[in-house]
Amino acid sequence: MSDDPVFEAAEYASGAVSYPPHPVGPEGTERVGTVDLSDREATVITWTESTATPPGVRQPNTLAIVEFEMGDDYDGPPVRALGQVVEGEGVEIGDAVTPTYAEELREPGAGIREPASQDWDGFRFEPVE
Amino acid sequence: MERVAIIGASMTRFGERDGWVRDLLAEAGEACLRDAGVAGSDLDHLYVSNMASGEFEGQTGVPNALAHDLNAMPAYTARIDQTSSSGGAGVYAAWQSVASGASDLTMLVGGEKMTHRTTAEATDVIASLTHPAEYKHGVTLPSFAGMTARLYLDTYDAPRESLGKVAVKNHRNGVDNPHAQFRKEVDLETVLESPIVADPLRLYDFCPITDGSAALLFCPADVAEEYVPKDDYVTIEGIGGATDTHVVHERADPTTMGGVADSSDDAYEMAGLGPDDVDVAELHDMFTILEFLQSEDLGFFEKGKGWKAVEEGVTDRDGDLPINTSGGLKSKGHPLGASGVAQVYEIFAQLTGQAGDRQVEADVGLACNVGGFGNCVTTAVMEGHR
Repeated sequence: MSDDPVFEAAEYASGAVSYPPHPVGPEGTERVGTVDLSDREATVITWTESTATPPGVRQPNTLAIVEFEMGDDYDGPPVRALGQVVEGEGVEIGDAVTPTYAEELREPGAGIREPASQDWDGFRFEPVE
Repeated sequence: MERVAIIGASMTRFGERDGWVRDLLAEAGEACLRDAGVAGSDLDHLYVSNMASGEFEGQTGVPNALAHDLNAMPAYTARIDQTSSSGGAGVYAAWQSVASGASDLTMLVGGEKMTHRTTAEATDVIASLTHPAEYKHGVTLPSFAGMTARLYLDTYDAPRESLGKVAVKNHRNGVDNPHAQFRKEVDLETVLESPIVADPLRLYDFCPITDGSAALLFCPADVAEEYVPKDDYVTIEGIGGATDTHVVHERADPTTMGGVADSSDDAYEMAGLGPDDVDVAELHDMFTILEFLQSEDLGFFEKGKGWKAVEEGVTDRDGDLPINTSGGLKSKGHPLGASGVAQVYEIFAQLTGQAGDRQVEADVGLACNVGGFGNCVTTAVMEGHR
C-alpha cells in the first residue's frame, strides 16, 4: 500500500461522493468506500484573501472553494472542498487547480481548538500552469 | 397551541462595556421585568441565549447565575447556544415554552461579553464553530463572507458599491438608536477605501465586536392585557427554525441561504402571511453581503436583485420595506447571543410605536437571526395591535 497522503472523500451507496466524509450519507445512505481526491483537477468556484487571520494562521491567507472533476460516469452532487491556495499564488474564478499536500496548515495549539482533537495536515490548491 | 405575546422588552447599550456577561444579563433582565411590572419569582421559565461565555471569560452556568441575580427561583432555566443565532433560537425556545402550555410566563435574556479579547482571539472563538476540515485552513466567518460576496458580485453582475451602500444605510439608521455601538454616519467613499479584511470586503462591510444584552418577556396572548395595554404588546404570528450544511462548500448554490428560505417558509405558513405583508424587518447583517442574501431568500426580492433594492432606496427607513431600522448588527453591534433578541426588541419597538426617531409605519415585522454562515436560522413574524 502507498504511504502517500490521501485527500479522503466518502462514497455512499447512492453513488454520491462528499468531502469531508459524513458518518451517515445523504438520505441515510451507508458509506461504501473512499475516493482519493489528491490527483484530481478542480475548478475555483470563488476565493478570498483574508488579512485578519486568527492566531497560528498565515497572514494573508488566500482561501478558495473548488469543485472537483469527477468524470463522466459520476452523476451525484458536486464534490467541493475549501482550502488554502499555495503560498505566493493567486487564483481567479474558473481557474484550474490541483491539490498539493502540506504537513501543517496552521499552528496547532495557537488557536482555541485542542490540538489533539483534529488533524492539522491537508491539501492546498495550486494553479495548473 | 397557545398564541404567544411579547409583553416586555429591554436592551442595554451595546458597545465596549465595563461589566461582564453576568452583569450585562442582569441589567437587561431587570429592565425587562420592570417594563412589564413583574417580579423574577413570577417567571415559570428563564432562558439565556449565549454562545461562548465559557470561552470568552470562563463563566459557565449563566442561567443559574442570572436566576440568582434576579431572584427568579424556582423558575426552570436553560442556556440556548446556537452560535450567532443563539438569540433567535432563544426566541424559538421561549415561544415554544408558552405555546405548548409548559410556561405561563417566560423571560429570555441574550448576552455576550467580547471586547476584552483581541480581534484575532474573538475571531478564533467564533471560527471554532467550523468543521475541522475548514478550521485547519484558518477559515474565519469574514472569509466565508469574502468568498460569497465575490461569487454574488460575479454571478449577478452587481457593483461592489452596492455592498458599501448597505453599510452606509445601516450606519445612518444607527445614529438614531441610543443603544447602538456606532452612532455615526459613514459615507460610501470611507467604506470603499477602508482596509481590506477578506477581499473584496473591507472593514466597513463587517460588524464590530461588541458587549451587550437584551431581554424579552413572553406570555399567552389571551392574558397579555392583564400585564400591559393592548398597544404595548406584540404577538408572534409565525416562527420557524432551520439548519443548513455545516461545511459551507457543500451548498448547491453558495449564494443561497437554505436555512433562511426554509425557516421563513415555516414562519409565513404559520402566520398565514407572506413576504409582501411585512412592513419592517431586522436582518442579520453581520456582513453587508448577508443583507442581500437574506432579503432575497426571505422572498422580499428576486434572487440576484437584492442589491438593486438597496441601490433604489427600497430598504431605507423611508422606503417601501425598511430593513435594519435599528442600525443592524453593522452599526448597533453584534454581541453574539444578544443579537437575535435585540432584533426582536427593535421589531417590538416599531410595532408598539416606541421606536422614537427610528419609528416607521408598521403592523407586521420580521426578524431573521443567522448562526455560522447560514448554518442555523430562526425567522419570526410578529404583529402589533395598535
